Amino acid sequence: MSFVQNFPFFSIIIAMFSGIISSVLPAKAARRLCTAMITAVVIMSGCLLIFTVRTGESFNYMMGHFPAPWGNEIRAGVLEAAMALFFSVIMLFSIISGLGQIKEEIESTKQSLYFVMVNLLLSSLLALIYTNDIFTAYVFVEINTIAACGLIMVRQNGHAIVAAVRYMVMSLIGSGMLLLGIILMYDLTGQLLIEYIRDEVEILAASGQYTVPLTVSIALMGIGLSIKSALFPFSTWVPDAYGYSITPSASILSSLVSKGYIFLLLKIIIRMIGFDVIKDTKITVIFFVYGVLGMIIGSVNAIRETEIRRMVAFSSIAQIGYIYMGFGLGVEAGIIASVFHILSHAATKSLLFISSSALIKVSGDSKKFKDLRGSGRRNVLAGVTFTVGSLSMVGIPLLSGFVSKLLFAEASFRSDTLTMVITLFALAVSTLLNVIYFLRTVITIYMPQDSCPLSGSGVLTKAKNPPVFAAVCVALIALNLFLGMMSEPIVNLIKSGLSMFG
Amino acid sequence: MGALFTNIEEVVSVILFGIGFTTLMFHKNLLKKIIAFDIMDASVYLFLTAKGYIAGRAAPIVVDGVTDVSAYINPIPSGLVLTGIVVSVSVSAIMLSLTVRLYKRYRTLNIDEIMMKYRSEVLSR
Repeated sequence: MSFVQNFPFFSIIIAMFSGIISSVLPAKAARRLCTAMITAVVIMSGCLLIFTVRTGESFNYMMGHFPAPWGNEIRAGVLEAAMALFFSVIMLFSIISGLGQIKEEIESTKQSLYFVMVNLLLSSLLALIYTNDIFTAYVFVEINTIAACGLIMVRQNGHAIVAAVRYMVMSLIGSGMLLLGIILMYDLTGQLLIEYIRDEVEILAASGQYTVPLTVSIALMGIGLSIKSALFPFSTWVPDAYGYSITPSASILSSLVSKGYIFLLLKIIIRMIGFDVIKDTKITVIFFVYGVLGMIIGSVNAIRETEIRRMVAFSSIAQIGYIYMGFGLGVEAGIIASVFHILSHAATKSLLFISSSALIKVSGDSKKFKDLRGSGRRNVLAGVTFTVGSLSMVGIPLLSGFVSKLLFAEASFRSDTLTMVITLFALAVSTLLNVIYFLRTVITIYMPQDSCPLSGSGVLTKAKNPPVFAAVCVALIALNLFLGMMSEPIVNLIKSGLSMFG
Repeated sequence: MGALFTNIEEVVSVILFGIGFTTLMFHKNLLKKIIAFDIMDASVYLFLTAKGYIAGRAAPIVVDGVTDVSAYINPIPSGLVLTGIVVSVSVSAIMLSLTVRLYKRYRTLNIDEIMMKYRSEVLSR
């Protein structure tokens, strides 16, 4: 066994232990430990990605001293390694660009607790990516929820606490359903390791036994996870949670937390149940319908919004809709498009949250559009970054959003005609709506500034961009361009990853 | 109908899950929401324990030298229940702490009243 194969386990365990250690450290040390830990995870995930691409196959890693059907396992392949690398990179960018805000807005005695939450969140995300045991996945889903709730409520005002309570209530409903689904599945198959469940499910599906309990279990897990990842009808908590938390929290929540649940769902769909059985249960149709509805309604709500942060949050709902629509197409190409969109959306949304907070800062801390006029000139770099993000969301060629839309459109041709027509129509409408609200915002931030006074008590200021912020902005723009222009090798990577994932 | 009476534990746990779920969704009182969440989780654990039990067999702890597998039940469901209880305790704790915060600020546990006060705060900004 190669030494690199220990890296998934190492990255989960160092994230978890630095969370535990941070709770007794002073703020400054906790901050340093957190950035060092995330950097270490980035490096390890990178090594793992190179290793898995070279060997061309995924491997199982035994946890503890019990072999396969009894013990706990980690499984890593190209897709897992790529996701872990990508998630940790986005996490690193979100944290280092937000360090200033964390220092300003959180009481100094509570800052180290914030880093506890960040560390635990990263460890649970990595565990969701790597684990091969469905009950372990449930435990880490709950850890993820608690850590995410901590990230929302860290700003101690009424908004943040109400947002956190709403988030928790929806999440608890979701995890209750997920737990019941997992228990039903264990009851049906007698296994907890994902590959062994797959074998049993294939036998059940072939013999036609227990069709109803199987469908119920799949539906409970699917709906539970879609509540937690904010699919449209369950997304009422999103605007508050993303809009009123501090920037690094919002950026982490929208780009990573919901994607972690989606990745677990992908694991359940492809590796645990098998895509054919899933299609027979028709749950893909539910994903498709609500995905399409989410795409349209999320964008319509974003148009009606008057605050920039909440607008970006509503746009997240629309983007989650895209991902579920890709699952719902019922073809392999749709899954590839969804996985690409997970990456593309994570890169773009963190960029939008980070740059919009810089724009808010130079506009007297007001999030309202009318106060944001001219903010793109007061902070040139943030303005450019926001523009790039907006264009990517709209789907301008050379940027990552274009590629994911193209992949969704291509995938829809392999589905049946009705699905294809609905998909293409939804893509067209959604793009149009995206143009309306994102380009309106871009025009607003470059408009000459109004002579009328600001709505709040703040004052307009010139920007002083710290070098870290500038570096993060440039890196995220570069990442976006990279995803947009080098899409071919990335799609091939996802393809090979998916083939060894299943 | 007969299956309903032979699988009494499962039926009870599904009813409890329904009670917990609907209360968590629709009840206005935050404390009752938390209690409902606990009922919902407990019902899942009851379901799991009921499924893991085989009539006439003992817990898998060897005391009198019997090592035959057929004398014992499967220990995994019990282990899962214990893990699950730990998880739901921590989630209840964090929900309770959030509720304390909300009560201190808004002086009510009714989620509708909280939302009303909260909206008027947002508008007055």
